[in-house]
Amino acid sequence: MSMDGDNLIEIRNLTFRRGSKVIFDDLSLAIPRGSIAAIMGPSGTGKTTLLKLIGGQLRPERGEVWVDGVNVHKLRHAELYELRKRMGMLFQHGALLTDLSVFENVAFPLREHTRLPESMIRDLVLMKLNAVGLRGARDMMPAELSGGMARRVALARAITMDPRLVMYDEPFTGQDPITLGVLVRLIRSLNDALGLTSILVSHDVAEATSIADHVYVLADGKVVASGSPEDVNGSDSPWVRQFMQGLPDGPVPFHYPAPPLAGDFLGEASGKEKSA
Amino acid sequence: MIRLLAQLGQRAQEALARLGRLHLFLVSLLPALPSGLLRPRLVVDQLFHIGVLSMQIILVSGLFVGLVLGLQGYNILTTFGSAESLGVVVALSLVRELGPVITALLFAGRAGSAITAEIGLMKSTEQLGGMEMMAVDPLKRVVAPRFIAGFISMPLLAAMFSAVGVLGGYFIGVGLLGVDPGAYWSQIESRVDFHEDIVNGVIKSLVFGAVAIWIAVFEGFDCVPTAEGVSRATTRTVVNTSLAVLGLDFIMTALMFNV
Repeated sequence: MSMDGDNLIEIRNLTFRRGSKVIFDDLSLAIPRGSIAAIMGPSGTGKTTLLKLIGGQLRPERGEVWVDGVNVHKLRHAELYELRKRMGMLFQHGALLTDLSVFENVAFPLREHTRLPESMIRDLVLMKLNAVGLRGARDMMPAELSGGMARRVALARAITMDPRLVMYDEPFTGQDPITLGVLVRLIRSLNDALGLTSILVSHDVAEATSIADHVYVLADGKVVASGSPEDVNGSDSPWVRQFMQGLPDGPVPFHYPAPPLAGDFLGEASGKEKSA
Repeated sequence: MIRLLAQLGQRAQEALARLGRLHLFLVSLLPALPSGLLRPRLVVDQLFHIGVLSMQIILVSGLFVGLVLGLQGYNILTTFGSAESLGVVVALSLVRELGPVITALLFAGRAGSAITAEIGLMKSTEQLGGMEMMAVDPLKRVVAPRFIAGFISMPLLAAMFSAVGVLGGYFIGVGLLGVDPGAYWSQIESRVDFHEDIVNGVIKSLVFGAVAIWIAVFEGFDCVPTAEGVSRATTRTVVNTSLAVLGLDFIMTALMFNV
């Protein structure tokens, strides 16, 4: 079975578990070409795991992941690596190679996969660095960069090979407001200028919904809401409302499951606590 | 009692699983080695980090071991009136045993632990995962050059260790204790056999080098990607390499010299 040509990514009936914990339970979703899809959900819902499944770094227990017309988990090692050349991924902490300068980090995929002359590599790298506003930081080492700069360098590296798809893993976490604004704008403008398809994994509701064309909210291994940001924001589901509006209590309780309060304070310490 | 047995069983199971992963890792690493050889610049970089930077500790240790061998050897040999054999005692001890073994132990402590920590930290900071997603195989880009460089460095370091040790014995025996310099060198020349002693010593150092670097890269690649995981992996590299080298030394000595 092939996939709909309008979609760059299709996930069908995906089931994945870690140990006995079910991460995805019969999950299906599709991401149209040229769009930005935000995958949202509370911590621990497997958003990063979903990116790793799309990138072929993890294998599902059941179900299929189709990217650009191919079933990712049916590919041989070499074919998977060919497909990955058409994907860029921005890791949560940048994942820059710490022994290489900013310039060399961005040049890394070109040096590994092409035999371009040095002058062309230089031009390409400077263009990508210019696109993220860090052409002047080319000689710095990753340890000298702020978190936001590191993420922008990683973004420049992710688009070096002119991929069809860029996956962003929590790009906004821990960023100051200025960097946040820069990243939000960059993701949208790069997507449109380069004709990319972007998957944005995030739990920063305001930022993600401000640039996404399509939003998927995940919980308990399933898609609990999907549609345009406006649709999801106006959802009737109390759970989705709690998540989108950041309410402390609701269907997702504030307290982790615990024995009754009075019994816990007045009762005996459990065996484990005693031995500690 | 039952709990103790269960714990023991679990430990044994974990150790066996780790041993299995160690060998599976080698199976996946071997096909990646030729591509490491095709990238000499990366191997040369690692030769510097693994080999050249280990020279200081290897040379100093070799010198001191040679000095001690000279002192001890002289004391024992004079009781039999054969102090002129000092050169042979020092040279054979070093070439056959101490050179390969002590170099491998120092190599595990100096270079092996550094490689494990480096690869482990690359794993925990998602650098290895990042490479995979850039369609770059970390086994080819990161592990293979280190493995090749370690494999080349170890026998050379062992040879340096032995050579400096023989000189150390010379300084003590000839320089301080009055052994005849001609006797020191001529005894070495006549009694140290190329095949029996030197080739066997080189084989030992090749095997120890391969084992030491194999364990070091595996532990880094296999570690739990946390601060504690990397620290444990580094410790395991030093401990497991030491045990493996000493165990293999016994087996190889039995096969080479006594059977």
